[in-house]
Amino acid sequence: MSDYPKNSLNLPFITTEKVGTEEFILNMGPQHPSTHGVCRLILKMDGEVIVDLVPIVGYLHRALEKIAENRTYLQFIPYTDRIDYVSAMLCNHGLCMAVEKLAEIEVPQRAEYIRVIMDELNRIASHLVWLGTFALDLGAITPFLYCFREREMILDLIEMTCGQRMTFNYMRVGGVSRDLPGEFIPKAREFVKYFKPRVDEYEAILTQNPIFLGRTKGVGILDQKTAIDYSVTGPNLRATGLKWYLRKEEPYSVYDKFEFDIPTGTKSDTWDRYMVRIQEMRQANRIVEQALESIPEGDIKAKTKAVFKPPKGEAYTRVESTRGEMGFYVVSEGDTMPYRLKLRTASFSNLAVLPEMVRGWKIADLVVIFASLDVIMPDVDR
Amino acid sequence: MFELDKVFKAVYFWLEGLFTRWGIPQFWLDLLSMLLVFVVIIAFISVAVLFLVWWERKVAAHMQVRFGPMRTGWHGWRQTVIDAIKLIQKEDIVPLKVDRAVFVIAPIVVFVSALLVYVCIPFGRGLIVRDLNIGILYILAITTFTVVGLLMAGWGSNNKWSLLGGLRSAAQIVSYEVPLTLSVLGVVLLVGSLSMVEIVKSQAHFWDWYIVRQPIGFLVYLTAAIAEVNRTPFDIPEAEQELVAGYNTEYSGMKFAMFFFAEFTNLFTISAVATTLFLGGWHGPWLPSWIWFFIKTFGIILVIMWFKWTYPRVRVDQLMDFAWKFLLPLGFLNLMLTALFA
Repeated sequence: MSDYPKNSLNLPFITTEKVGTEEFILNMGPQHPSTHGVCRLILKMDGEVIVDLVPIVGYLHRALEKIAENRTYLQFIPYTDRIDYVSAMLCNHGLCMAVEKLAEIEVPQRAEYIRVIMDELNRIASHLVWLGTFALDLGAITPFLYCFREREMILDLIEMTCGQRMTFNYMRVGGVSRDLPGEFIPKAREFVKYFKPRVDEYEAILTQNPIFLGRTKGVGILDQKTAIDYSVTGPNLRATGLKWYLRKEEPYSVYDKFEFDIPTGTKSDTWDRYMVRIQEMRQANRIVEQALESIPEGDIKAKTKAVFKPPKGEAYTRVESTRGEMGFYVVSEGDTMPYRLKLRTASFSNLAVLPEMVRGWKIADLVVIFASLDVIMPDVDR
Repeated sequence: MFELDKVFKAVYFWLEGLFTRWGIPQFWLDLLSMLLVFVVIIAFISVAVLFLVWWERKVAAHMQVRFGPMRTGWHGWRQTVIDAIKLIQKEDIVPLKVDRAVFVIAPIVVFVSALLVYVCIPFGRGLIVRDLNIGILYILAITTFTVVGLLMAGWGSNNKWSLLGGLRSAAQIVSYEVPLTLSVLGVVLLVGSLSMVEIVKSQAHFWDWYIVRQPIGFLVYLTAAIAEVNRTPFDIPEAEQELVAGYNTEYSGMKFAMFFFAEFTNLFTISAVATTLFLGGWHGPWLPSWIWFFIKTFGIILVIMWFKWTYPRVRVDQLMDFAWKFLLPLGFLNLMLTALFA
């Protein structure tokens, strides 16, 4: 009050109290157009600037780990589809690998190739969903529909193979549930050829657009140490410049047989995360192309007993999911059902780092940074 | 040949004859003709807005490799009519905690200020409601009035998202009003009149059009005008992904329809003003004047829609920087050059 001179005119509408701004709490979500599902963010705002943020998770918690203890291994595969519904193949793959390691099952080569093809197609589809919604959060609506046009073709290919478009339930312990249909390989080759110039098209509409650069360059920087401290993985980690790619570092399945590069960023801003994913789509396309050329003939599934009982023991495997490392830890007591199953999902860690990144940025940036992390809510909540 | 002003004049003279024969004072004739003009304008705007909404959807769809509305009538032409009927039928919801008076008046303010502009838009030769001698000044003044309504909507809704939207739109419209006025001043300086009809009359030939003589002015006008009507890349007040729906988050039914209506009316307004100021208004060979006016106006609308479906959205501080650090100096430069060389 003392900062302001007392008004001598004594007019009723001039206040002598100090005029100022104050921080306020803003509730964003769970139903908000850009929280990508049901995430709730509690923001402490100073006007448009974010002072602090607390993500509230758990709206999609379905106790999947507990459910797993009451289901046979085969029965639990459909549940994994629902962990990360945008890239369900990779979740299938993760569980099957863990159980195979536990029971020491050798997977036939053809099945491994089919798995890789499906994984990479699914990775492209998932990145397309990400790119579309990311552009949408920036206010650009058209790229979204371009992305979904190509995603449609991938879903057609997958549907042709397993009859499902979203929750595939395709992989089995020891292989895959059915062989590729005859027309799959020519169709997939066609797609691979078709998809290459499409990535350039997305880049043409976004990458060098001055508004896009203004919105993404230097926004939401995540330094490497923070990323590692929060165990951020996947494209978000690679955008910090760390060349950590599970498919290279610890090659599972038949990934060691293919040639591909690891796209990394340098500045670790939103633009880098965008670029890493764009490059990953190209690399995934390359892997599919190579796998289609070299896929061997043979069995698609190892023989397992009708009543599948893995021996006593425990196993942990991890796959490079679209969003980062996805780990499955299975403990068996020699029963048909696992004694304990622990999931490690990438989105949880990726979301946890969000408050570190958005402090001091505006609410418009929060939306973009959040989108650039590519978080899928059921993957967080499980 | 098909000049519409002759039709209106014929109707007026017929009414005048009728009134003198029946001995009714001139006052009632004026009142009736005013009412008729009002009805014609309202009807025209309604049809134009319904068309624009449909057109926008079709333009967007074809840019995005899809068809847009196809089920209702030929290429879905009835879609917006049906949507409008649906909105009118909806329950009129006023949330409990809003500032009721402000909440209810806000859409009316926006709606009326959008309509008032049409007093001096020259649709064709002789097709203007009233050629005010301060025409363009009047239009600039009235369009700014929209911001009051948006701020009222943002404040009255008693919702933080709405408030942020309202504040954003206030900041944005006030900022962009300055370069907009500067760009218009260049034209006014050359014409020497504020009257819309005089401005059009001074652009009889193609080389007289002010887009040729004032290219910078045209670009500044178009950019600032897009920001005025809150369209992408400057649509931050109602940025869906950020602010849910900005100032109209709490509005539904007819009140929402009024905001929507005003938005598209304003889109038509800025394009019509751009046509008048920079593209020679109704001038053009062979076709009737009003058809030329519409061709040019819809051309500009198409360009604005094209922006919308191509660009991402800018951030609020970038928007301000752009207005004050780039458009404003450019506007002043344009004005200075015009004053020096004209």
